[in-house]
Amino acid sequence: MSDNRLMQTIFGRLTWDALPLHDPIVLPVFGVVALGGLVTVFLLTRYRLWGYLWKEWFTSVDHKKVGIMYVILGIVMLLRGFSDAIMMRIQQAIAFGPNEGYLPPHHYDQIFTAHGTIMIFFVAIPLVVGIINFVMPLQIGARDVAFPFLNNLSFWLTAAGAVLVMTSLFVGEFARTGWLGYAPLSELDYSPDTGVDYYLWALQIAGVGTTLSAINMVTTIVKMRAPGMTMMKMPIFCWTALCSNVLAVAIFPALTAAFFLLMLDRYVGTNFFTNDLGGAPMMYWNMVWIWGHPEVYVLVLPAFGIFSEITSTFTGKRLFGYSSMVYATVVITILAYLVWLHHFFTMGSGPTVNSFFGIATMVIAIPTGAKIFNWLFTMYRGDIRFDLPMMWVVAFMLTFTVGGMTGVLLAIPPADFVLHNSLFLVAHFHNVIIGGVLFGLFAGIVYWFPKAFGFILDPFWGKVGFWGWVIGYWIAWTPMYVVGLMGTTRRVNHFDDVSLQPYFIVAMVGVVIIAIGIFGFIMSIVMGVKHRRRLADTTGDPWEGRTLEWSTSSPPPHYNFAFTPVIHELDAWYDMKRRGYERPADGYRPIHMPGNTASGVLISGLALVMGFGMIWYIWWLAALAFVGLLAVAIGHTFFLDRDYVIPPDEVARTEAHWHEQGALT
Amino acid sequence: MSGATSDETPIVWHVSEDEDHGAGHSGPTALGFWIYLMSDALIFASLFAMYGVVSTSYAGGPVPSEIFDLKLVAINTALLLASSITFGEAMPHMEAGRVGPMRAWLVATGLLGAAFLGVELYEFHHLINEGAGPQRSAFLSAFFALVGTHGAHVFFGLIWMVVLLVQTMQHGLIEPMKRRVMCLSMFWHFLDIIWIGVFTFVYLLGVLR
Amino acid sequence: MRESDHIAALRSRAFLVLVGALFLSGCDMVVLKPAGDIALQQRNLILFATAVMLLIIVPVLVLTVVFAWRYRRGNPNKNYDPEFDHSTTLELVIWACPLLIIIALSAVTWTHTHLLDPFRPLERLGPGRPLAKGTKPLEVQVVALEWKWLFIYPEQGIATVNDLALPVDVPVRFSITSTDQFATFYAPTLAGMIYAMPGMDSKLNAVLNKPGQTWGYSGNYTGEGHSTMRFRLTGLRLADFDRWAREVKQGGGLPLEASRYLALEKPSEKVPFIRFSSVSPTLFDRIVNRCVEAGRPCMNQTMNHDMRHGGGSPDAGGLGSGTMPGHGSMPAPGDKPEAALEKDAGDKGSSPKVGMPVGPDYNARGRDAEKPGKPQTPKAQANP
Repeated sequence: MSDNRLMQTIFGRLTWDALPLHDPIVLPVFGVVALGGLVTVFLLTRYRLWGYLWKEWFTSVDHKKVGIMYVILGIVMLLRGFSDAIMMRIQQAIAFGPNEGYLPPHHYDQIFTAHGTIMIFFVAIPLVVGIINFVMPLQIGARDVAFPFLNNLSFWLTAAGAVLVMTSLFVGEFARTGWLGYAPLSELDYSPDTGVDYYLWALQIAGVGTTLSAINMVTTIVKMRAPGMTMMKMPIFCWTALCSNVLAVAIFPALTAAFFLLMLDRYVGTNFFTNDLGGAPMMYWNMVWIWGHPEVYVLVLPAFGIFSEITSTFTGKRLFGYSSMVYATVVITILAYLVWLHHFFTMGSGPTVNSFFGIATMVIAIPTGAKIFNWLFTMYRGDIRFDLPMMWVVAFMLTFTVGGMTGVLLAIPPADFVLHNSLFLVAHFHNVIIGGVLFGLFAGIVYWFPKAFGFILDPFWGKVGFWGWVIGYWIAWTPMYVVGLMGTTRRVNHFDDVSLQPYFIVAMVGVVIIAIGIFGFIMSIVMGVKHRRRLADTTGDPWEGRTLEWSTSSPPPHYNFAFTPVIHELDAWYDMKRRGYERPADGYRPIHMPGNTASGVLISGLALVMGFGMIWYIWWLAALAFVGLLAVAIGHTFFLDRDYVIPPDEVARTEAHWHEQGALT
Repeated sequence: MSGATSDETPIVWHVSEDEDHGAGHSGPTALGFWIYLMSDALIFASLFAMYGVVSTSYAGGPVPSEIFDLKLVAINTALLLASSITFGEAMPHMEAGRVGPMRAWLVATGLLGAAFLGVELYEFHHLINEGAGPQRSAFLSAFFALVGTHGAHVFFGLIWMVVLLVQTMQHGLIEPMKRRVMCLSMFWHFLDIIWIGVFTFVYLLGVLR
Repeated sequence: MRESDHIAALRSRAFLVLVGALFLSGCDMVVLKPAGDIALQQRNLILFATAVMLLIIVPVLVLTVVFAWRYRRGNPNKNYDPEFDHSTTLELVIWACPLLIIIALSAVTWTHTHLLDPFRPLERLGPGRPLAKGTKPLEVQVVALEWKWLFIYPEQGIATVNDLALPVDVPVRFSITSTDQFATFYAPTLAGMIYAMPGMDSKLNAVLNKPGQTWGYSGNYTGEGHSTMRFRLTGLRLADFDRWAREVKQGGGLPLEASRYLALEKPSEKVPFIRFSSVSPTLFDRIVNRCVEAGRPCMNQTMNHDMRHGGGSPDAGGLGSGTMPGHGSMPAPGDKPEAALEKDAGDKGSSPKVGMPVGPDYNARGRDAEKPGKPQTPKAQANP
């Protein structure tokens, strides 16, 4: 007995049983991941890359490197989230009638929870934040973000959250509550094991990172624009980034508070969202959706910005109706707060409240519709080059418009009564998230990849990726609209009605095609690296770009711009090219740059340990990690000389090198 | 049009003077910290909303008029308001670069803040001993969460203050120190404003109900 | 009424367009083939709204393809005008078009949200069949349990599990609650879904117009047994319904009183149809007020006590006046699980990886193992 006490004091509720030693599905995955990890570690050690990674990447505060790390994180987690999707599709394609499928509810429920959580928090957010991080400072002619260290810390906090979610795959379990962890199901009474705790701590830690990053980006856009760049001369992507991040600052506190209160319920025994003693579970739904609906716009607005930049570049025209585009973005930002209740019309708030939120939701379709028309008329009388980014734009317009239509349909409360919680709803939000956000992110990655690495992605494999995603999306999700209209509800792991099976089999085929799309995307990177000499961009401007990021080299030097540019018009780089701008070859000045720091990695690592301790009830570990975290944070403030200066002759060398390279081609 | 004018006067494409992005740093810091405070205010707004929703869910347990000791709360309010005043006294010294007086006022602020925390901890201890702990009812849960979160902010404010006292001793009032003292001052006044909300909506309205 | 008739007129055209062009024929889209008037009106609204939106969606899709093709670089006969980036007229049009569509939809939304409010008593049985004044609807009380549905017919004094029978062309008034989880009561052919929430009593007014058998579900995920939480919905002619009710009454089922209810309440899956020959008339109220178990104070009593004691009526409105009535019951002693930080060092338990079922009793490793008495199907009362 006392032995048990001792063990539980030291290890909390962590036992050997928490490892998947008897699990026929997870154990092989665990084995493969462990092996892959060991091989990676071995190779990194073998080729002495640890020092390079640590010095040049992990501790870097360069916004470009932080942005790239975000994107890598997003792509890695995309693979995990997509594996979950395939597993669900296979289960739903076979589990009919007497066949129970291969995933029992206990496992299946974790998978759909993990899929949603990962895709939003650890794929969409890191990719969006990463692209903003990389592109936005270049577009506004800045040398870095407002708070470079904070940027590094934000990334590592997000990564720590991702590591916690991945840990749950192998140690213990993940939540079985759906991706928003609705109370009262997520209360200790109904979810006593580690699942919900993993969920809460992972998202809380990552959420702090996202909030800090949003504060950073807003400040950067407001304070660090190059001289002459008034708000209405700012590239449209920066506008969407600004609105997206303002929105993020305003909504993440609600999520943090909701999770904090749920944590108190679970750890302290309070009664916020319990059924008894006066708890109000509905309040949890309100709080998470006050975050949840605007979050969709946090993700999709930057995607809109990406599409705008690409359309303008590849049609060889200025964006049609720039100012109405800006107003539309701002209107969407404001309206985003006023619609959350449409996620639970069916709780019976009364017709007047429901109508208000329904109509407010529909009103968002007006600025969004205006945006679609603006892209349409940018194409009109254009000279359209159908390189890969532009193909994504057209696919987006054709796909997203349909998703927008089903969205308005769901905003009508009486229609929502029949379609809520059905696969129609699931099809709708995949339609807008894949067709809007994900297509936008892929377009953005293809578009800015040469800026980041100096060569374009392999076009053939890129097209394989494109067609895989687009065709796969439509084949996978059209049947879901249909079965939704057949009254099929979501999160079901077994069906009695065999007549539904063909639709789910078609959907599974669609997912396989999407898998080809993902393979094509990865191959486009691999083959791009392989043929990087042939695909190289030495000019810095491979697409005949119009904004400032194309005025510097690919990849840009640490300091981005040898001279801070002065802006006269919207589409600044186009303006410079048109009016015969020539790069100065001398007169460089010393450039002040922020230095690297390990504090971000340390703080996030300690946050990760603290989260793990709390999840497994290892109180001493959690307390120790928290104190350590504070100590590192305080210690960090004692280092005042973190900046360094790049001397003019080094700038001259860097610039001259680039010019020579350009002259060679 | 612009092409024609550009022939006459050369267009300026670059910042010519030695413009250093690091120099104007207090600008971004003030704005960034202000945005952080807004997001923190929204966390408190969520906690207030939660409190509002369950403020009469006593679940058969104690009600505000039975457990709130307004005299104690009045003392506490006075302590925190006074600490804001002392911080206000420190600021002109900071602007003028007088380290000594500024540090003295900071110490005074810290002591008042610590006293505030002490009184709050006493109140919590007392309530829990009376059986009015956070587990008793949703009303009490929300009360402890709201007041406790404010208290935790004060606690971290105190840690920050101690760190700044050490750092100003090491470095004097150099530019980064001034910036930090200014941020802490914003933080401290922010906590004061939140407390006024807590005092009004939780204690006063609770007892009056 | 006029509005909905107007929509009904549009219905057939829209229906043809939709079904013909978009969907595969032959599948059983119950949402589009309802058996009840409420679901029918909801279906018509969906078709109407879709048709209205297609007015703008189709041109956009067509223009996208046309512009993409016509203005491609390879087309020598295009009119390339890089300066064309603004046109006030055009911008007015592109804001006005969605605006007009949304205004039209908003008007319909406002009227129909009020008309089809689930709390609103029915005024008609179907298109052109107004309800006689004073018609009393059939009362059905619905309780979402983990993971099955309990239907109580208070007027008939009977109850069933997972088996909902309704008379055709008789308005029905459902009172819906839940024991622990937020489920949704969803019979697609009858009417839209409504949340079943613990401590709350939601209403749904609906009517079934066609006899026959379909299925209903819980729309919202409530845990392990969610997929199996479905019920049979049978439409019966009035005479058949009366006969059915009599059969249930006299068919030898057991009475549903508090103790049997508490056994039924325990989590269980794939529960067969069960019939109860009688039911305690106060049972539903006690379920809503969370006091079926002896010794638990009812929520409404607690609320009353709180109001007398602490002032502050939750109905008074205004800041700090509290939540909706129906919140605030006390738990029975020892009911609440110990919070994580309160657990004794030796009492933290473990959280094993369950994954694949190791044996038929893998369920027992979940939370149910904590509770005395494993969840079990009350076999004894099973359907004869």
